[in-house]
Amino acid sequence: MTAPLDFVPLWTLILGFGVFMYVLMDGFDLGVGILFRRAPGDAARDIMMNSVAPIWDGNETWLVLGGVALLAAFPLAFAIILPAVYFPILVMLMSLIFRGIAFELRFKAAPSARHRWDAAFHYGSLVATLAQGFVLGAFVQGFRVEGRFFAGGSFDWLTPFSALTAVSLVFGYGLLGATWLIMKTEGTLQDWARRQARWLLVGVLLAMAAVSLWTPFLQPKIMARWFSWPNIALLSPVPIVTVWLALWLWRAIDRRAEFLPFLGTIALFTMGYVGLAISLWPNIVPHSISLWDAAASPRSQAFLLVGTLFLLPVIVGYTAWSYWVFRGKVRAGGGYH
Amino acid sequence: MTLDPVILSRLQFFWVISFHILLPAFTVGLACYIAVLEGLYLKTKDHTYFRISVFWTRIFAISFGLGVVSGIVMPFQFGTNWSRFSDTAANVVGPLMAYEGLTAFFLEASFLGVLLFGRKLVPPWAHFFAAAMVAVGTLFSSFWILALNSWMQTPAGYEIIDGRFHTLDWVAVIFNPSFPYRLAHTVTAFLVTTGFVVVGVAAYHLRRDRAVAESRNMLSMTLWLLTALVPLQVAIGDLHGLNTFHHQPAKIAGMEGHWETQAGAPLILVGWPDQKAEVTRWAVEVPYLGSLILTHQLKGVVRGLKEWPRQDRPPAAIIFWSFRVMVGIGLLMLLVVALANWLRWKGRLYDSAWFLRVCEACLPLGFVAVIAGWITTEVGRQPWVIYGLMRTADAVTPSLTGADVLVSLIVTVAVYLVVYPVTLYTMIALVRAGPAVEEEIDRPIEGLQRPLPARAAAGVQAVVESRP
Repeated sequence: MTAPLDFVPLWTLILGFGVFMYVLMDGFDLGVGILFRRAPGDAARDIMMNSVAPIWDGNETWLVLGGVALLAAFPLAFAIILPAVYFPILVMLMSLIFRGIAFELRFKAAPSARHRWDAAFHYGSLVATLAQGFVLGAFVQGFRVEGRFFAGGSFDWLTPFSALTAVSLVFGYGLLGATWLIMKTEGTLQDWARRQARWLLVGVLLAMAAVSLWTPFLQPKIMARWFSWPNIALLSPVPIVTVWLALWLWRAIDRRAEFLPFLGTIALFTMGYVGLAISLWPNIVPHSISLWDAAASPRSQAFLLVGTLFLLPVIVGYTAWSYWVFRGKVRAGGGYH
Repeated sequence: MTLDPVILSRLQFFWVISFHILLPAFTVGLACYIAVLEGLYLKTKDHTYFRISVFWTRIFAISFGLGVVSGIVMPFQFGTNWSRFSDTAANVVGPLMAYEGLTAFFLEASFLGVLLFGRKLVPPWAHFFAAAMVAVGTLFSSFWILALNSWMQTPAGYEIIDGRFHTLDWVAVIFNPSFPYRLAHTVTAFLVTTGFVVVGVAAYHLRRDRAVAESRNMLSMTLWLLTALVPLQVAIGDLHGLNTFHHQPAKIAGMEGHWETQAGAPLILVGWPDQKAEVTRWAVEVPYLGSLILTHQLKGVVRGLKEWPRQDRPPAAIIFWSFRVMVGIGLLMLLVVALANWLRWKGRLYDSAWFLRVCEACLPLGFVAVIAGWITTEVGRQPWVIYGLMRTADAVTPSLTGADVLVSLIVTVAVYLVVYPVTLYTMIALVRAGPAVEEEIDRPIEGLQRPLPARAAAGVQAVVESRP
């Protein structure tokens, strides 16, 4: 069966877009959860939760899309990667359940039971983020594959490197959450969010540096990708822009800017994502199976592509509309009312 | 004892999908009901509709939230536990699941925010539009996921190359032989399930003489709907059964407890199908009725389980009984609907205490029937995951050990046993509280629901009104 058209590049872009949307959007609401228990008081916690309550399930829908798009477009990758990260996925899903129902039940609980939902929201967010970080680390390290199956053990994902990426992601989502709160709140809560953003930014930079330095040593191919000539010159803008962005972000927080810290954090995440893509390209199952080898049949990719190219802009459109409806600062007392 | 990853993975899938299906069984119908109420309110400006809608929207918010997070678990199961199925069938299965996400989940999630929080932020028509979009989203979701499930039951439009499925014709894949019947049967079941919940809640409040106007409205409107839907469901169920008889005769043989192929087969009312001895023990039979129902002929031939080798037979005892539970509940519902119409004709629908008690007792019946029906169709498909083509035992992830799945099963069971009762408890509390009086409704559906000091509330009001 020969395909007249190669849909793989387009599907790579769509999948990459979907996963990145998930990381950014659920990233900030998981981040709000990570910061939740440190928040200055119950009133602040109310506002924090209300700032994400109308949009969190839309954000989490990108996780479903990422999962099923991987299944539909690159099924071999889906069938190898998910078994390899069996337990992190399980822990992530169960944690997401706890934090998800906390949104619904915290405000309806008796005052004496509220702290339990505070804990469910916080620890659910924190543990889900750690689990995602472990998945990320395991992904970058690569998987043991035989034929069309994952051939490693159920705890291959647990390594010092994946522990580092897990902690890094907590800092990263925390920073997204803090800068989201800078944008959505005011007064003492906003001041508190600024203080959090500052130390989280330091954490993110240390983590990015550590992961960036460690990654080339995981795989000779990654080392060659970054440090061979002329790549080292061509790719040098990636770390340089990242450092520049970090400085710019620090000053944006210092200048008490409202929107720019959140945008700066998104830009920082983009650089991390680009760096990751450069390291792993063209594999979807690092470091053995390429995007093309894992691809679904062209007929299936084409069938889904037709609908996706039409529906994805529509989805982005009404998602934007719902963010627009809930724009502006969240205030104490009335939520969005 | 060795731990079998196949059995444990099946148990885990059974556990997560059984709990998940309870939520769409409720939210599909409730989303439609809320959209209708919002539409009626927009049109008539009758505040009764408004108060009923707000009441149910609060309950909807909780069940939908749990539906989202328990639903995210589902597609990941395909990868973690059934990776060989995913690798083999993804060309067919993947796009159907992806279309569910693209057409349904985003629609529901985005417009849900506006439905729950946005009443004061958008014009009334836009709020109604959001309610309608949430309902449409739940129906789209049912469409795609049942297309997928039906394809696994009655595969069509595919070819197999190198042991993996490829599609030949997408229309044939989606509109496979059992899909129209399964879709109609399942969605009607979801609507009926919600209907009985609404009727039960209305009866609860009427018996206590509370929220009388709202409860009467709920009871009357929903019983009209059920009067149409319950008999319709019996008819659709019959058609679905005939379709199964045609395409999955082994499933029907198990459901009916038939071991021998016979012309003029009896209908076994009760009994115990014994898989080893290949007989149905203690059978109470009605002669010829089995053939009459399945073939619509007195002497029609009905195939028995012995026609298939032992390893290709579904476990008959389970589906024999789950099927009877489902049908029994269906007949009971028919009786309730008949009683309701008789009382309505007598003008005693709202004040007959015994009938209101019956309605309360019937509140959970739909859920039981949905689970029983689901068990019938899924267990009846065994030992196949893709009927006649791929065995469930060949679908499981090769790298999984029995111990892995035992751990994940225990974790999943434990989490659901905490989360579901707590959620149910909160929903029951909301139901008991009943529709709010007018002044309280100005508070948001979700979010800060503690009573606000009057001045603070006025301040918030001023802020909202000063917005462009």
